Amino acid sequence: MLRQIGVASIENLFDSIPEDLRLLKRLDVPAALSEIELLKRFGDMGARNTAASRVSFLGAGAYSHYVPTVVDHLISRSEFFTAYTPYQPEISQGTLQSIFEFQTLICQLTGMEIANASMYDGSTALAEAVLMAERVTKRSKMIASSAIHPQYLEVAQTYVQHAGIELQPAPFDFVTGQTPISAFDSMDAQTAAVVVQSPNFFGCIEDLQALSEKVHANGALLIVAISEAMSLGLLRSPGSCGADIVVAEGQSFGVPVSFGGPYVGLFATRDKYSRQIPGRLVGEAYDKQGRRGFVLTLATREQHIRREKATSNICTNEGLIALAATIYLETMGRRGVQEVAHQCAQKAHYAAREIAKLEGLSLPFSAPFFNEFVVRAPVEALPLLERLANEKGIDGGIALSRFDSNRPNDFLVCVTETNTREQIDALVDGLRPLT
Amino acid sequence: MDSGISKVTTHISHNEQLIFERSQPGRAGFSLPPLDVDEIPLDEIVPREFQREDNLAGMPEVTEVDVVRHFTRMSSWNYSIDQGMYPLGSCTMKYNSRLNEKVARIAGFANLHPLAAEAESQGALQVIYELQQHLREITGLPGISLQPAAGAHGEMTGILIIRAFIDARDGKEGSAKRRIMLIPDSAHGTNPASAHLSGFTVQTIRSTNEGLTDLEHLRELCAHGDVAGLMLTNPNTLGLFERNIKEICRRVHDAGGLVYMDGANMNALVGVARPGDMGVDVIHLNLHKTFSTPHGGGGPGSGPCCCTKELEPFLPVPRIVRTRSGSDGPDVFKLDFDYPQSIGRVKAFFGNYGMMLRALAYILTHGYDGLREATEAAVLNARYITHGLTSDYEKPFAAPPMHEVVFTDKRQARKSVHTLDIAKRLIDYGFHPPTIYFPLIVSGAMLIEPTESVGRQELDQFIEAMRSIAREAVDNPELVLNAPHTTRIGRLDEAAAARKPVLRWKPAAPPRMATSDR
Amino acid sequence: MANVPENLHYSKDHEWVRVEGDTAVIGITDHAQDQLGDVVYVELPRAGDEFVANESFGSVESVKAVSEIFTPVSGKVAEANDSLTDEPEKVNKDPYGDGWMIKIKMSSSGEVDSLLTAAEYEDFTKAENE
Repeated sequence: MLRQIGVASIENLFDSIPEDLRLLKRLDVPAALSEIELLKRFGDMGARNTAASRVSFLGAGAYSHYVPTVVDHLISRSEFFTAYTPYQPEISQGTLQSIFEFQTLICQLTGMEIANASMYDGSTALAEAVLMAERVTKRSKMIASSAIHPQYLEVAQTYVQHAGIELQPAPFDFVTGQTPISAFDSMDAQTAAVVVQSPNFFGCIEDLQALSEKVHANGALLIVAISEAMSLGLLRSPGSCGADIVVAEGQSFGVPVSFGGPYVGLFATRDKYSRQIPGRLVGEAYDKQGRRGFVLTLATREQHIRREKATSNICTNEGLIALAATIYLETMGRRGVQEVAHQCAQKAHYAAREIAKLEGLSLPFSAPFFNEFVVRAPVEALPLLERLANEKGIDGGIALSRFDSNRPNDFLVCVTETNTREQIDALVDGLRPLT
Repeated sequence: MDSGISKVTTHISHNEQLIFERSQPGRAGFSLPPLDVDEIPLDEIVPREFQREDNLAGMPEVTEVDVVRHFTRMSSWNYSIDQGMYPLGSCTMKYNSRLNEKVARIAGFANLHPLAAEAESQGALQVIYELQQHLREITGLPGISLQPAAGAHGEMTGILIIRAFIDARDGKEGSAKRRIMLIPDSAHGTNPASAHLSGFTVQTIRSTNEGLTDLEHLRELCAHGDVAGLMLTNPNTLGLFERNIKEICRRVHDAGGLVYMDGANMNALVGVARPGDMGVDVIHLNLHKTFSTPHGGGGPGSGPCCCTKELEPFLPVPRIVRTRSGSDGPDVFKLDFDYPQSIGRVKAFFGNYGMMLRALAYILTHGYDGLREATEAAVLNARYITHGLTSDYEKPFAAPPMHEVVFTDKRQARKSVHTLDIAKRLIDYGFHPPTIYFPLIVSGAMLIEPTESVGRQELDQFIEAMRSIAREAVDNPELVLNAPHTTRIGRLDEAAAARKPVLRWKPAAPPRMATSDR
Repeated sequence: MANVPENLHYSKDHEWVRVEGDTAVIGITDHAQDQLGDVVYVELPRAGDEFVANESFGSVESVKAVSEIFTPVSGKVAEANDSLTDEPEKVNKDPYGDGWMIKIKMSSSGEVDSLLTAAEYEDFTKAENE
């Protein structure tokens, strides 16, 4: 080939790189491993993650739900996972129709009118929602509940730090665990949006309906974030409560916890904001013979056309994970999602009842919850949970002191349909002697 | 199908409705064990006003085999890397190893919760640490964060770091005078969008007739003391190495700015040259391009951000660091949040971890030799295509390209055959079209990037297909103008779709003809 | 060749102006709509909004491009062609008629005189294309 193109040697392919910039040494990375060696190496490293095989009650933004076998099988079809963004619709209809179904499913679950093709995750979707609220309202103040996942708030803060947007905290109530409506009394004519998470970081369900009335009376938008999307199978949809933008972490729908990613951000809003929404959108289209197909549409919002005036800088999103969520939701279907949500709630409430019976342990918050709840111990939670893990092999929850040093004794317990009664009873038995 | 087309023949594809149109009440594709705890009335769990009232109406009800057939049929409508060359310029569509997929699915990683105790996640943290080490070596830049979820996210991170550095260096008032981000007219659209998010005003730098950054224009733009930085892709989006890169960096540095390099085209450089040696301050990589993690039909990606020692304090938190327990104890990997100058978090948890596993597996299976060989093959393949197409297509820049090459439709346009038509016709020949109408500064651009994952036989087929289309554009332009002819649908009316967008299925919609027989 | 009616005034940003008393009817030229391709969306101001000459008053979008539209004259918007929201294709089909965009109550009548005549605009687009 070199001879044919008239280049003397491989080195000459790089003649356009000035000599003083060429790397003369060999890269200091290991020599190539064979398949056997590689699998052994990763197998060994994987085995050092002892937490992965534990009975687990960890949630807080990443949830262990059952994933039907077909999900991984179908996303592993190379026609899906080795394809690019569907810029050539004639040979990308598989991806495009899947995204159209995804957008529809997200609308159905959130009760909203339109949804995009996905964002990176729940935290960045929330940040994008805040930026969108500023564009829509041309106002710059946001009031955000302090019961939102702390990492989501941190990400939103990073995104808006130079956007002239102010994020004000609205404190949650220490008795109910909810964010009271009065926490948003500082709303004024400059307020673009009010941001809440429901169920919130502590698992408590917020009163979205009441909040929405107050927010709209002020001409602001209501942004609702969700980290446990499975709650939508049971709880009234944010859309029907009056939310203007709903963002969520979609990991619960068929995606392994995988040490924090890749997950999939869900983003849904009202029809009237279709030209303000960030990210890709797929729409229905027809060819000359009247055959239905799907295309990427309303692309003029996006960075490759509008550049610095785009609604977001996002390009690559989470296509394959959105596909996993689509396959999950279609396999489980209407009744499956309801059943999983029902089992999560029943099992979590069983666990909460049993834990509350233990001497010294209490549930500090009174608000209704879905599948996560805070437990207060008479001792520091972090060492308590470490002992539980070491002695009983159970990851019993997440110490809230990792997020807030003022809550040394509190820990967050999450129960899903994958936790059996036996596991819950073992958790309760394990906690008993430790407190 | 024309006899000259060697790669494909027409084949049958199955029609498939939307899942909602297939749904039948009562069907189910799931199986769950019965509830094993004492059930209490729902109203005792959640007050009625918080309960879902619509019974999830409209969500599909189908069986497992319905789902499998649904997605299998739809999958056959996609072109994919596994079917052949996918020469999208700037996208680096290289082979996605199945071994890496297997690695990412190892239970010890897939089932590991991101908030599990550090001591019990040592293997996972080690993977992050090792990948960081290798990417440092490959870029020649010592600072790194793997948190960004995609290229544009890494860009945003890099530009926020520049902003934070200047804020710290110049103070609030001094920094306020530096709000200009210089971006070449050939750049990806994500560059200006990311700069805008970080509070910068974009000024465009012209390219020369040679397709390189105009140094004279750069000098003019740098003369006002207001430049915060420059965002440059290298090799640039025309596939050309910016041979004045050191001089460019020096000028920007002398003007008090920093240089951000868009690493989208690192597949031309790995093992051959390093951004850190060029004077670049901060760069993002695309693990889903250069390091072969699958594109997945539009993500997930991963966009690590690498930077100089001076910029390291500003990287996102947490960082993953290595300590040693005792003098000869084992390595211990830790999360470190203590970087008060950090720009903050850009994503929950640690980034797209599954992509890190695949990228590390890619690096380890290639080794130092394999990484360099991949770069060599990628450039050789692009040069081979350049050689093969120059006689039939206009090549706007004389310089030899690196890993991708831009041609235009200038000759074919005389017969009113344009880049879009050529792209669509290429589909009939069994290839995914190249990137078209990008970069924006080249009228009718076709940006072709073969990558290293394609053999000579298919390169020849591609070249022959392109030449054949050039002949058709002269002899039978209608054939090209109406392409594609072999796909299950023709060109879709994108204008009608954008005028009255239908973005979701609705049960109330009037019945419409489903995909008809061909 | 693009249609350039005689009785209108033209700007170098490819807008046309038809003077009706103290009101200026404004749209984009046939040449502009041809360059844009199929128009899919038009964003217009509301009646009562005020603009000075050469200020952007809205934007027009095709499938893969966005262009700002500039008013060649100063004044207050008397009416916007809201029918373009539902039928943006009017801009392609009838750029000088049904595809008009806004009517502006001119605050200064002299501005129109500095605009291009039909012949001048034709020369201008020809030069631009070369």
